[in-house]
Amino acid sequence: MSILTWITFLPLIGAAVILCLPSRAHGLIKQTALLFTLPPLVMGIWLFMNFDRTTTAFQFVQRAPWIESYNINYFVGVDGISISMILLTVLLCPICILASWGIDKGIKGYFALFLLLDTGMVGVFVALDFFLFYIFWEVMLLPMYFLIGIWGGPRREYAAIKFFLYTLAGSVLMLIAMLVLYFSNEPHTFDLTQLMAQSATYGTAPVITVFGHGLGMQHLLWLALFIGFAIKIPAFPFHTWLPDAHVEAPTAISVILAGVLLKMGTYGILRINYGILPIATADLAFWFLAALGTWNIIYGALCAMAQKDLKKLVAYSSISHMGYVMLGMAAFTPEGINGAVLQMFNHGTVTAMLFLLVGVIYDRAHHRQIEGFGGLAGIMPVYTSVTALAFFAAMGLPGLSAFISEVLVLLGAWQKYPGLTIIAASAVILTAGYMLWTMQRIYLGKPNEKYLGLPEINARELVTLIPLGVIVVILGVYPHAVLDLINTSLLNLNKVVAAAGPSALASLR
Amino acid sequence: MNLTNVESLAYSYPELLLMAAAIIIFLADLVIRSKEHLGSMALFGCAFALLAAIGLRMPFSETWLVRGLFGWGEGWLYSRMVVVDDFAVFFKIIFCLAAFATVWMSIGSNEVRGTNEGEYYGLILASTVGMLYMASAANLLMAYLSLEFVSLTSYVLTGYLRHNRRSGEAALKYLIYGGVASGTMIYGMSWLYGAAGSLDYAYINAALSQGSIPPLTLFIAVLLILAGFGYKIASVPFHMWAPDVYQGAPIPVTAFLSVGSKAAGFAILTRLFYPGLSQAVGGGGWQFLHGVEWPQLMLVICMVTMTLGNMAALNQQNVKRLLAYSSIAHAGYTLMGFVVLNDEGLRAMLFYLVTYYLMNIGAFLVVMVVANSTGREDIEGFRGLAWRGGAVPAVAMAIFLFSLAGLPPLAGFVGKFYLFAAVVKAQFYLLALVGLANSLVALYYYARIVRTMFLDMPDGTEGVVVLDAHNACLLFFLAVPTLVLGVYWAPVIDLADRSVHFFLG
Repeated sequence: MSILTWITFLPLIGAAVILCLPSRAHGLIKQTALLFTLPPLVMGIWLFMNFDRTTTAFQFVQRAPWIESYNINYFVGVDGISISMILLTVLLCPICILASWGIDKGIKGYFALFLLLDTGMVGVFVALDFFLFYIFWEVMLLPMYFLIGIWGGPRREYAAIKFFLYTLAGSVLMLIAMLVLYFSNEPHTFDLTQLMAQSATYGTAPVITVFGHGLGMQHLLWLALFIGFAIKIPAFPFHTWLPDAHVEAPTAISVILAGVLLKMGTYGILRINYGILPIATADLAFWFLAALGTWNIIYGALCAMAQKDLKKLVAYSSISHMGYVMLGMAAFTPEGINGAVLQMFNHGTVTAMLFLLVGVIYDRAHHRQIEGFGGLAGIMPVYTSVTALAFFAAMGLPGLSAFISEVLVLLGAWQKYPGLTIIAASAVILTAGYMLWTMQRIYLGKPNEKYLGLPEINARELVTLIPLGVIVVILGVYPHAVLDLINTSLLNLNKVVAAAGPSALASLR
Repeated sequence: MNLTNVESLAYSYPELLLMAAAIIIFLADLVIRSKEHLGSMALFGCAFALLAAIGLRMPFSETWLVRGLFGWGEGWLYSRMVVVDDFAVFFKIIFCLAAFATVWMSIGSNEVRGTNEGEYYGLILASTVGMLYMASAANLLMAYLSLEFVSLTSYVLTGYLRHNRRSGEAALKYLIYGGVASGTMIYGMSWLYGAAGSLDYAYINAALSQGSIPPLTLFIAVLLILAGFGYKIASVPFHMWAPDVYQGAPIPVTAFLSVGSKAAGFAILTRLFYPGLSQAVGGGGWQFLHGVEWPQLMLVICMVTMTLGNMAALNQQNVKRLLAYSSIAHAGYTLMGFVVLNDEGLRAMLFYLVTYYLMNIGAFLVVMVVANSTGREDIEGFRGLAWRGGAVPAVAMAIFLFSLAGLPPLAGFVGKFYLFAAVVKAQFYLLALVGLANSLVALYYYARIVRTMFLDMPDGTEGVVVLDAHNACLLFFLAVPTLVLGVYWAPVIDLADRSVHFFLG
């Protein structure tokens, strides 16, 4: 029984246990939920220490037959691409449970759904069978719908159904692509490792012609899968669900949504699009990843600057930061792709901190209007210092983790797309613009009389923030902790795409 | 194997048991005062018939004891009128299960109780007998007879609530629509008979393979026959009766019609088109015989049915009517397995009918539970169900609705997965895209009900919803398989696989 199976299914067992507890035992339910998310964290630390950083093969593999007639297996394993994401998930889940301590209605349902969501998230990252991947991907949808829709803000129903329909639309496209890949070779298989090995067989001969460029079957599959993942990233123009979902969701759900769920989009592109369809990746990366990513950066930053609601500002900053990931991925250079995955991890921690901090202030003042605050530094100094750390990390201040990942992305992208890199680098100014301006409006200046008596940040909230802050600082000076994990597998991925080489379609550039 | 009337009786235990139960119930109705016992009698009848149906095709039938009691084997019965084979037995099992669930629901229904339900139970059992024959009819006349039998009993059952205007209106609409559809169908059958020279499916197949029939005659005959079969499965453009009938009939009857009658329609449709009008080529594929381009026709009907069903359901306020349109859409999905012309598609279709049985009866059961307590059938009547004591029905309804929408890890997703796999394998990409787009649209209206149950808070004017043990039992036995089949479905798909086998003579 692989340790990955334990990490995946312990929360599910926890959900079943919680459903058996009496509804009135609020404290017991919360403690049980915490209890079932701590062992995965410990196992994650063990994984971190025992992960072999020199090999590209999948580790801690477990394989068991599931549906023989369709050659579907329970096949899980981890490599450099997924290890950082698994660590991020097992880190954020107990933190989110602690952040959810203030939930007051339907507590049993909330924590049971959250643990179910936890299982789905880890499952996506460990699954090496496409069908299993798809099942775990869809398993996340239902709990998210209820978590946003029942425990969210004023427009929660709209946000929840929008999120649900958007993500399901991407998933159904993924289903068709998955089935086409399944039937494309003998013997039919959903095994991702075998689909990757057969990548040369997916046709690139033009099937339809769009704007004078012939798209082969491989390109069409790539686009179908890309749309599904792009909705998750979220890439413009599939991003409109994000501001609504983030703003309306309760704090802990926003954290998990921004911290983990957004990464699944780019993880999917790396694992599936890059791994299985490398030729199409080489062809289409410029427009669909690099250019779109750069536009994400600019667009997210500009939208964030215009926001009046603090949580919506952080949501748009998420869109902006994920743009760096897309740009780095598209460069196919060691710096670029390492920077991209490192940015995925860093963005998870930094944005998690930001949403937790927004939650702190919302719990106290019951609104998130930026103009409605002022001079909080004098009223809540500890809170302000943690917030300053998070804001500067989000800006990419040297010495903190996000700087390393952004610099790596820009270094990597400069080698291939200098023009886009210049645009992306200039967006740093925009990011600093809205971050510092927000900092100034909320925390600096004259203290707002209404909030003179606001209570300081309490121990529980600090416990959720300190681990993330420590990681942000450590990775700012010693990024090798994560870079070592991911480097070998990512370099191999780059090689796979480079070896496949662009087809005649390279004229798309 | 070709048996005469008397010899065939050994193979007809399900039908005989059900008919005997129906007659006993009719007679007992004259004598017994308290009608609850009649419901129990009907349950026993269904249970015995189910055991008999299972006995017709299970490995343990090999033992000497069972072979002595039951008939076992495949072949023609009743002088080539009826056929018994794996395909027929699979459907017999589904119909007996549907009847069992319906009778169970009716016992727990406030609508049916106290309305002289002896006739009601007898008619349900009789209708099931008709369905059993629909699945095994090997002769055009038998097909027509059994279809009419089911239709007539359904008309009466729909109008069963004597003092309910909606029920009477539904029955009348059903009668008129069904009558016209059946008339069209028998006219088409007469053309086919005239052109092929025989009513027997095997002889029709032989005549078609010789190619002696003018294609236009054949095509028109098939179109007319499709009017009748299409009406039974409620596919476009023969679907107009479904919303009114589903809304007006008592809820157990609606559940029965939506599952049993629809599955019977699929059985009879498949048996005519696959062994009757097509021939098997190697490797699980089928080839339609020259002159009848029915796959293209059914492909169009399939896509339009799915789309119309889902689009029309978006605006519905009455849950029964919404489920009626969703049933129409599901007929469209099931047809996807029908049009790909191979055994994989048929297997997917059979599996989907099993999951559809679980999900749909479950959904109607929850509607009945709510209607029992509050008398309301509209979506607003479900408002805040999870927060006013109806958490168990609400969670069960969420399971059934999300399964209908096709979300993993529920049974409905697996059914849809098999259908889409068959469609993609046959490279019908447009059909797959239409089907998936429809799944997306369908999610919206299913989620709307779930939202009303969970996300809206009750405002105090709705009544408390009570779930009694009787209904809770059935709810459990429908919800748990829906969950389990989403993760482990090997036995059911094996059964479906073995059942895609027609006795062709």
